[in-house]
Amino acid sequence: MGSYLIKRLLLMLLTLVGMSIIIFLLLRLMPGNIVDIMFDSAGFVDPAEKASIEKELGLDLPIPVQYANWIIGLVQWDLGFSYVSEMPAIDEIGPRIPITAKLAVLALGFSILFGLPLGVISAVKQDTALDYILRVISLSGLSLPSFWLGLLILMGFVSFLGTIPIYTDPPETLWDELLLYSIPAAAVGFRSSALIMRLTRSSMLEVLSQDYIRTARSKGASENAVNYSHALKNAVLPVTTIIGIEAAFLIGGLIITETVFNIPGVAHFLVEAILMRDYPIVQNLAMLIAVVVVVINFAVDMLYATLDPRIKYVD
Amino acid sequence: MADIDHQAELTRAGALVEGRMGAVAHFARRYPLGAFGGVLVFIFVFVAVFADVISPHDPLQTNAATSLLAPSPDYVMGADMMGRDVMSRIIHGARISLAVGVASTLLGGIIGVIIGLMSGYLLGWFDLLMQRIIDIMQALPLLVLALVMAASLGPSLENTIIAISIPLVPNIARVVRSSTLSLREMPFVEAARAAGMSELRVAVRHVLPNTLAPLIVLGTAQLGSAILVEASLSFLGLGVPEPHPSWGRMLSESAAEYVRVAPWLVIFPGLAISAAVFGTNLLGDALRDILDPRQRS
Repeated sequence: MGSYLIKRLLLMLLTLVGMSIIIFLLLRLMPGNIVDIMFDSAGFVDPAEKASIEKELGLDLPIPVQYANWIIGLVQWDLGFSYVSEMPAIDEIGPRIPITAKLAVLALGFSILFGLPLGVISAVKQDTALDYILRVISLSGLSLPSFWLGLLILMGFVSFLGTIPIYTDPPETLWDELLLYSIPAAAVGFRSSALIMRLTRSSMLEVLSQDYIRTARSKGASENAVNYSHALKNAVLPVTTIIGIEAAFLIGGLIITETVFNIPGVAHFLVEAILMRDYPIVQNLAMLIAVVVVVINFAVDMLYATLDPRIKYVD
Repeated sequence: MADIDHQAELTRAGALVEGRMGAVAHFARRYPLGAFGGVLVFIFVFVAVFADVISPHDPLQTNAATSLLAPSPDYVMGADMMGRDVMSRIIHGARISLAVGVASTLLGGIIGVIIGLMSGYLLGWFDLLMQRIIDIMQALPLLVLALVMAASLGPSLENTIIAISIPLVPNIARVVRSSTLSLREMPFVEAARAAGMSELRVAVRHVLPNTLAPLIVLGTAQLGSAILVEASLSFLGLGVPEPHPSWGRMLSESAAEYVRVAPWLVIFPGLAISAAVFGTNLLGDALRDILDPRQRS
């Protein structure tokens, strides 16, 4: 286990280094940098002035040098400066992380709360009308674009209540905060709960067809005991492994939902920075997302090995 | 001894199916949801192909007189801020959505198949390298990678297709690689090799066709997410540029400002995206049940 852990950690590091190279190169491929955009709106271009700004921002250096500077800074916790606000990138990104994190936790909670029980019911009542209805709901959850769902919720609130809690200032009390985040969190969580529901259903169905379930039935265990005490325990385990996929899925949903609800989190910030060609922000945020996804996947793998005694990692 | 209704059993197993229409009818009875999905997909494709014939107005024609017109007999789904007919724009949007969805799924599929087949077949350093690259690509959520790629390539129809197709590659490559790994040990592959076929011919003529079933299943699922990602990119202003009418962009143009005054600008494009993706997902589920019985849910 020990050397397996080290091997996994090294692979994780390799993945992140690879990711940083891909992100960096993609951003350097972009047609037009921030300087071009600045001068585009000004109307005319003074080549000398343009060159001096590019020099100031370090955009005139060879690409490998620019990359090395970024990584050296990253290791020293120096993320560079935003081109747009000219503030240190870390001060721009830092305060937005808790907003997105709260939203993500709420959305994940929502999706587990609904996805898990409904998936189990769907499996236990396989091929009944209830199962069909639940399957259609979960599939529609995967088919509705999250920005549309967000807009519909906004529309519903506006037409029935005349107003909606909109993010203007940071909320003051915990209750205000919960109220404010719960609507966008539900919009994101609906999609994710559909994913959890589908996986729970198929995992539960697989367990229900196993021999030991038949044994339990033939012993005379009640239907409820078989379903909820014998089967559920084993069916939930594989579902935990998809929390990694969930995380990636959620981040995609958050990007859209934060934009629709105008919430100043990191996901919304990423879109703004991409549109503004604000490289330091984009590359650091993309790296942050990659780190979160990779670390969650790693943690889930390790958790799975401890939860399921059948799994042993051999070097 | 209970009586067995042979006729009913045979019908259920699909043994009495005759002709092409019979096969369709059997599919519809056996997989009602899949058949419904098939109908939605058929409508989607039909509308996309015959967009020019069936759209009541010119999707690009602006008209100050019809600005923000509510749904009426002539403008069934209303008109947008510039007076363009929403229904005609949705009908032409189907074309863009289908074109981008199919093209990016195909492009991602072809690259994925080549990588997966070579990985599973050659093994060694090539496989190791590809596995690492796939790991790296999966560290970013599909939408984030597509966003960065779309921004870096610049806005155009072709670039949107590329930006969506590349993030689809890892999944396809994984599936093809794992089926190639098990297929290459099969007796019929060995026989082909013993008969003196070149390695390339064995890979393309004998291994590849046997990976098709899981590939079709995955491809259908990917088509749905490709359509969704296109809509999301266009919604964020990084997808298909003007003048192409795109469902995602129709929503972003109308979104915040007109929610109160013109809800039809929000409802209909979203409905179109949802119906198209829902149809592909339903059809994909039914195809999985048929082609890949081991995964049957």
